[in-house]
Amino acid sequence: MNHQRCTQAAIATVVAKATLAAIVTIATIAAIIFWATMPRVFADENATWQNTVSRAQGQSVYFHAWGGEQRNNAYLAWVAEQVEAEFDIVLNHVKIRDTATSVSRVLAEKEAGNTENGAVDLLWINGENFASMKTNNLLYGPWAEQLPNFRLVNADANPEMRHDFSVPVEGYESPWLRAHLVFYYDSDYLEVPPRNMQELLRWARANPGEFTYPKPPDFLGSTFLKQALAELSTQPEALQQPVTETDFDAVTAPLWAFLDQLHPHLLRRGRTFPANGPEMRRLLADGETLLAFSFNPNDPVNRVQRGELPDSIRSYTMRTGTLANVSFVAIPFNATNPEAAMVVANFLLSPQAQLRAQDPEHLGSTSVLDPKMLTARQRQAFAAMTQSHPAALPEGERGNVLSEPHPDWMPALETAWMRRYGVN
Amino acid sequence: MVSTKDLKAAQALAPWLLLIFLAIPVLVGLAGVLLPSIGYSSAADQQALSLQAWQSLFSTPGLFHSVLLSVIPGLLSALIAFIIVFSFLATTSGGRTLNWIRRMTAPLLAFPHVAAAFGIAFLLTPSGFLFRLVSPLVSGWERPPDLLIINDPWALTMTLALIMKEVPFLLLMALAALPAIQADQRLAVARSLGYQRSTAWLWTVAPALYPALRLPIFAVIAYASTSVEVALILGPSLPAPLSVRTLSWFNDPDLSLRNLASAGALLQVAITAATIGLWILGERMISRVLAYYQQSGQRDFGARPLALLGRTGFIVTFSMLTLALVILIIQAFAGRWRFPDSFPDSLTLGHWRAQLPLLWDSLATTVTIAVTTVLIAFVLIVLTLEQQVSSARVHIGTGTHGNALTRVNHHHIISRLLYLPLLTPQIAFLFGYTVWLEKMQIPPGLLTVVLAHLVFVIPYMYLSLADAYRGLDKRWPMLAASLRITPARFFLRIKLPMLIAALLSSLAIGFAVSNGLYLPTLLAGGGRVNTITTEAMTMAAGGSRSTIAVWALIQAALPVLGFATALLLPRLIWKNRRGMKGFMQ
Repeated sequence: MNHQRCTQAAIATVVAKATLAAIVTIATIAAIIFWATMPRVFADENATWQNTVSRAQGQSVYFHAWGGEQRNNAYLAWVAEQVEAEFDIVLNHVKIRDTATSVSRVLAEKEAGNTENGAVDLLWINGENFASMKTNNLLYGPWAEQLPNFRLVNADANPEMRHDFSVPVEGYESPWLRAHLVFYYDSDYLEVPPRNMQELLRWARANPGEFTYPKPPDFLGSTFLKQALAELSTQPEALQQPVTETDFDAVTAPLWAFLDQLHPHLLRRGRTFPANGPEMRRLLADGETLLAFSFNPNDPVNRVQRGELPDSIRSYTMRTGTLANVSFVAIPFNATNPEAAMVVANFLLSPQAQLRAQDPEHLGSTSVLDPKMLTARQRQAFAAMTQSHPAALPEGERGNVLSEPHPDWMPALETAWMRRYGVN
Repeated sequence: MVSTKDLKAAQALAPWLLLIFLAIPVLVGLAGVLLPSIGYSSAADQQALSLQAWQSLFSTPGLFHSVLLSVIPGLLSALIAFIIVFSFLATTSGGRTLNWIRRMTAPLLAFPHVAAAFGIAFLLTPSGFLFRLVSPLVSGWERPPDLLIINDPWALTMTLALIMKEVPFLLLMALAALPAIQADQRLAVARSLGYQRSTAWLWTVAPALYPALRLPIFAVIAYASTSVEVALILGPSLPAPLSVRTLSWFNDPDLSLRNLASAGALLQVAITAATIGLWILGERMISRVLAYYQQSGQRDFGARPLALLGRTGFIVTFSMLTLALVILIIQAFAGRWRFPDSFPDSLTLGHWRAQLPLLWDSLATTVTIAVTTVLIAFVLIVLTLEQQVSSARVHIGTGTHGNALTRVNHHHIISRLLYLPLLTPQIAFLFGYTVWLEKMQIPPGLLTVVLAHLVFVIPYMYLSLADAYRGLDKRWPMLAASLRITPARFFLRIKLPMLIAALLSSLAIGFAVSNGLYLPTLLAGGGRVNTITTEAMTMAAGGSRSTIAVWALIQAALPVLGFATALLLPRLIWKNRRGMKGFMQ
């Protein structure tokens, strides 16, 4: 018995040693092979990119991006000039009212069997629309992490570059701009703005007709619903899961109770809502309301500087935290010219393009690049773009970030909103 | 040089091409919504008869309200515009104001719907121009009052805007029809029997004039009950009119909603048809009532209310439209302008400077599309009309009845089909047309937009050109023939110069129609083709008031330029021929 046990132990030791040796050997060989081929892979990658760039020459890109904002349009017109001069690419900005329309178009093309001559080459997208395109296999890729400029966003340190509303991006879209929700108000008529949803309700009761929000499913309107839900819900962790795995009615009950009380005190007593964010901003500019919000924290400053909002505008964020996200560009599976689309996406990530995007003179948005990845001179240039303006968000006001709910929530909230309030 | 034979062949071909351009998109489009609505759709992988789309349509919350929001603007705007036009004509007939009015009407007609709707929104919104004018001195408002005027739940503001646009249209149609019914003679006879002017007009001219206005009125009803662009700007949103909701279903990423959209589009056809049916019913009832009063022999029947209605209606319409234009101009140059200031603190060119770089592309697209469409339509229509003239000649000359009849036949088909695209809700066939383009994998672009525009441009141009042709004295060709002038030479040397004013104004009409089209450009262009009109609508989604004003003004300026050219060219060409300067003398 004992002898037997000894023999068994000896065999086990030998086997273990042998296994270990084998693993070490294999690992060493693998490491040597990897080491030997790595420069080649890098060179290849570089060559592949050069290849892409040269194939992109002379191609045209139909870039479907929201066209309701003239600064965006002017910015994209500048991008078109640059990529034409630098890469011989003709960039056409297709100004859309709603991203969903373009998604619907790609889907229709797929149904019609159009697999390589799609009308859309590049699409400004995030959240729900990205999730829907990804699950329906409507996207080209993965390609985004192969872009030479992708490393500048430092995705390892900034996980939001790889998660779009909690859906893994997996290289199917390339980051473009950052956004977070800010509120702004007219300080001539309002001294202390409401800093959370309960205060908002109290303030609206005392000052009826001074606030409204865009009608969902407008994306800013839906954002307001999400912000309110994230603040009011007793189960905030449920928002990170798909709706089907939660008790939707229970999670959202506080939101509907809040809106039921709020609506009678909104502008026009909630009988009509502005169609979108810009219309809400116009209402504030015209003095019809006193409070509005935007997903671009620089928007209030930009508008004041252009005389579209009064000088008395001030910005702030909600005390409990504020929704933030990254928007991306994606290439549909049937894009006619995916190479040129990738070159454009890479250009959008270049320090030059991102700097202009952050420049209040031009787009006045927030860059997705990580300053750590930039040269000292580039860092300086970006720092110079930080605004000190009475309407800008005060230092340290950025607030803590509320992560975007799982993309399922947006359509579910929109449908529920429409059912409750969509028909008077 | 084109030989006579080629010309003849082209002439023979033209009517059929015209029919194809006119009818095919409408028919293909209607089929393209009919099939999905009953379950045959490749998009949703269904190939079996199913009424699911209809069931889900009728269980859509607020559907009945949305339907009412189609009927109300359709019926109400047509009715009120009609009453204003008729009572105005009754009170001013035979007077000198008419010629003056005619000159004023054409440019107002050229004012596009989108631009007019923006102007009216800027005018009537609680922070708008009218409220600023009376605040705070008269009203006491330091801040805009919270009043639901724009986007009101019963679409009354939208109806108002439609009336403003339809009064000039119906008026111009009526003015064009008046000479053919010898209105002046009728009036003279009735006046000699002691009837007051407006009563005389009502009993003798109106009954003869009305039939000529029927189809234009139906077109007005069809447009008003289905318009998307005016509804997006001024219409209600909780719920929106059926056309707007149908459009959003069609554009939803959930493709199964396309079947719902198809059913919605067909319901829209039914509603428009029913609204026109209601009108016809009303027509019968009113004619009975009026016949009763007509036999009463009362010499001043309705004179006062008619005068009141006509004058106020007309003044309100025209001043609203003019004010809408004025506010657009002020807004386009306004610097800082806070409520309740009546006028901006400063004026600036900044809005124009910001927009101009973005303008050229869409301006070039707009003009390319409009010119191509108008030229195609023009050549086809002139060839068709020539064909009619020459077949009529064959008819007279040889007496070959059968042959002439078959040739003349397409004229009847065309004149009926002309109203097909004007009476079919745009939204109904444009969806089907777009889906069909997607299926055929025809990439959206200028060509598909031109094809869609032809459907709408041909009817208006045909109507105005056919009028001009009919107006030409039939003795001219005889005289020419007796002088052994060939038909081609006659056409080039005599007919063309004589009709130049009318031809140019039909070109201007075609240009204006093409410029104003929103939905056809948007859908047939797949969003890729940006004209001034689609840009203005996109801007509305994001721009400031001043930006919108700039685009609306540019949108309005294009047709005005077109009409001005049509008006001035004949004057320049025929400086020394008084009779050749066209109808707007």
